[in-house]
Amino acid sequence: MMQSKQKAMTAALDNSLADAAVEGRSLWRDARVRFFRNKAAVLSLIVLALITLACIFGPMVLPHTYEDTDWDAMGIAPTLANTHWFGTDALGRDLLVRCLIGGRISLMVGALATIASVALGIVWGASAGFIGGKVDSLMMRIVDMMYAVPYLLIAILMVTLLGRDFYLVVLTITVFSWMDMARVVRGQTLAIKSKEYVEAAHAIGVSTPKIIFRHIVPNLLGIVVIYTTVTVPGVILTESVLSFLGLGVQEPMTSWGVLIQDGAGVMDASPWILLFPAGLLSVTLYCANYIGDGLRDALDPKDR
Amino acid sequence: MWSYTFRRVLATIPTLLAVITVCYLLLHLTPGGPFDGERKVSAAVLANLQAKYHLDLPLWQQYLYYIKSLLQGDLGASFRYADWSMNDLVGKALPVSAAIGGGAIVISLFIGVALGIVAALRQNSLIDYFVMLLGNIGGAFPSFVLGPVLVMVFAIGLEWLPAGGWDDFSLRYMVLPIALLVFINISTIGRVMRGSMIEVLGSNFIRTARAKGLPMRTIVLRHALKPALMPVVSVIGPLAISSITAAVVTETVFGLPGLGKLIVNGAANRDYTLVLGLVVLVTVITVVLNLLVDLAYALLDPKIRY
Repeated sequence: MMQSKQKAMTAALDNSLADAAVEGRSLWRDARVRFFRNKAAVLSLIVLALITLACIFGPMVLPHTYEDTDWDAMGIAPTLANTHWFGTDALGRDLLVRCLIGGRISLMVGALATIASVALGIVWGASAGFIGGKVDSLMMRIVDMMYAVPYLLIAILMVTLLGRDFYLVVLTITVFSWMDMARVVRGQTLAIKSKEYVEAAHAIGVSTPKIIFRHIVPNLLGIVVIYTTVTVPGVILTESVLSFLGLGVQEPMTSWGVLIQDGAGVMDASPWILLFPAGLLSVTLYCANYIGDGLRDALDPKDR
Repeated sequence: MWSYTFRRVLATIPTLLAVITVCYLLLHLTPGGPFDGERKVSAAVLANLQAKYHLDLPLWQQYLYYIKSLLQGDLGASFRYADWSMNDLVGKALPVSAAIGGGAIVISLFIGVALGIVAALRQNSLIDYFVMLLGNIGGAFPSFVLGPVLVMVFAIGLEWLPAGGWDDFSLRYMVLPIALLVFINISTIGRVMRGSMIEVLGSNFIRTARAKGLPMRTIVLRHALKPALMPVVSVIGPLAISSITAAVVTETVFGLPGLGKLIVNGAANRDYTLVLGLVVLVTVITVVLNLLVDLAYALLDPKIRY
């Protein structure tokens, strides 16, 4: 009796060892496979990468600069003839190069403000979730308050008062973009903190830092990645709105919002000046949204 | 309900105070005072002027004076529009913004809810795809792209409507701005309504209503509509905020003399006090709107008891 039980246990152990020999599939590997199966998301990723590369390298390769006037070609429509492929604006500046330079600013503001607001959101949310109690409720009240504020107006006030420096624009956008991340990270931290495997790790004496880095951080990463991709289009949009209102970077430097505003002023005579930057911005936002959707579908463990 | 209302009203005070304080301090961080113009005033006159506007007092006392005048409904004075008090400027601009924004919200609620219901009832039909497409477009084509495109098509191309401007609440000038805001709003409302309607239609009491033989019309309008509207009510708050944001853009695109235009002009002219006053005013409006939405939510949903 005793022996047969022991035999069964050994067999079970062997089986589980055999199972372990099968290569494990991590969440990230699964997610990658699922993401690349999503054609819309992959296409968006390629398009966005192309736009980014064009913005970085295009101005270096093209024969025109963003601020020099071509006196022979002022306000001309898109043409293949003299390399003004997107035409020129009323001051004779090449629109393609201006769109790409503007893209650099828009994407760079997008990247910097996203990094800053994601970092702030994670630290804020994770601290609130870990510390808990009164500190938690105070920190979350501040987040609630930030939501109730008409952020664009305060952003306008900040830019008016503090100036239109590139980094101040980034700071202004960051201040109003971190709350979603903080909320989500706090919720997730609270949920993970009370999970059985964290309790089990505590019980077998794993140290707190090790629990944080081995168990909590990896489980936060998925949701952080998802909300980061949600933050990117929002941040780019805010920068464009500010520039559109004439509160972003200053001439002759430009960004997509500035270009769209320039174009809106002359759209009856030369619609291409509006349509090219507007198209670039919309395609970028569209791609960013699709990549976000794709990542959400790929990383959501509920969806297995 | 009364104690909830009371507590909820009290809870708005810290938000308002925080915004006002931060903006006020920001304003004082910037160098320069209201009387450092091109023309120098003599020291004695300057001292008198500063005494009149309490600028000779320590910051915290000035702040208290500012709060006091706010409580009395005085938003302060503009640096640039010399003969106008802020209240006059706002009195002229607010009705314009309210007509456009309010009109847009009411129209988009009707259209958005109707679209959402139809999309939920006929899933995967043309209307359903249309609602989903609207959601996508709303996400990728911001108001300052759509606005000029609308002008290009309807004002410049078809010449049906004026490209912008304002003529004493004449309807012709209000159509395009309202259409733009409606378009942006229904992408959110339609999507939310569709989702919540699908969820409600799948619940047990709807199955019961069907089983006892009620016509679909009655089921949708009498039984499903009210619970399905709850999530829509909850997005009205954020929608109001985004409408104010969008209003700044629409008023710039169409050249309307509303609050948004006033604030953008103020920012461009570095008219600090005007921008501060307007930010405070709009914050009060948003916070009050959010409060009303929360109260309406508690009133409508018997499951919420605080």
